[in-house]
Amino acid sequence: MIDVLYFAWVRERIGEAKETVETEAETVADLVKELSERETRYELAFSDLSSLRVAVDQELRDFDASIKGAREVAFFPPMTGG
Amino acid sequence: MQVRVQTEAFDFGQEANTFAIAQTDMGAIVTFSGIVRNLAETKLSYMDIEHYAGMTEKAIGKIVDEAVSRWSLGDVLVIHRFGRLVPEDLIMMVATASKHRKDAFEAAEFLMDYLKSRAPFWKKEVSDQSQDWVVSKVEDRNALNRW
Repeated sequence: MIDVLYFAWVRERIGEAKETVETEAETVADLVKELSERETRYELAFSDLSSLRVAVDQELRDFDASIKGAREVAFFPPMTGG
Repeated sequence: MQVRVQTEAFDFGQEANTFAIAQTDMGAIVTFSGIVRNLAETKLSYMDIEHYAGMTEKAIGKIVDEAVSRWSLGDVLVIHRFGRLVPEDLIMMVATASKHRKDAFEAAEFLMDYLKSRAPFWKKEVSDQSQDWVVSKVEDRNALNRW
């Protein structure tokens, strides 16, 4: 069980801000693949990973990062603060 | 060091003053504030700023810690708003205090560069005609390479 969060246009495309996912995925990339296979809305949101960023337990990570034991994973576009 | 992430408006002059008065032995204060632009061609109605509650505070805290480790700073203030803002609203401000101006200027620029691309905020610009997520600029992301 892992909390998955979405922000900005990723949230709009997925249709929700947060969900709890039952998964055995070991890495972020595995989770992306698993979700994309479940429903088209995930496949569309994850179609271009170069336009996405990911955080594992609120730290920026790469898509090959492990999510074993993690509490939350978040997907979002490049940040536009300041 | 102070980091505030808030929906409420802030008074730039008052914040800068309070920050300056609180310093001892500091010869230089640098402040920067970002404002919602009022561009005639876009006719912006408002801007919605979304953020990742929890991560935002941590990410800014790490950026501030990094600035403190690189430059000689007496104090740092970061205020960043989220929620709905209209043209000419202040979005955010940073203030740095140092014994000499070079450290205060450089640290303020470093903070701004990192806040732009490493603090989890996303801006959406809404006008009568459109709703667009602001796209991160390559030059903003590349700006991190100079540090």
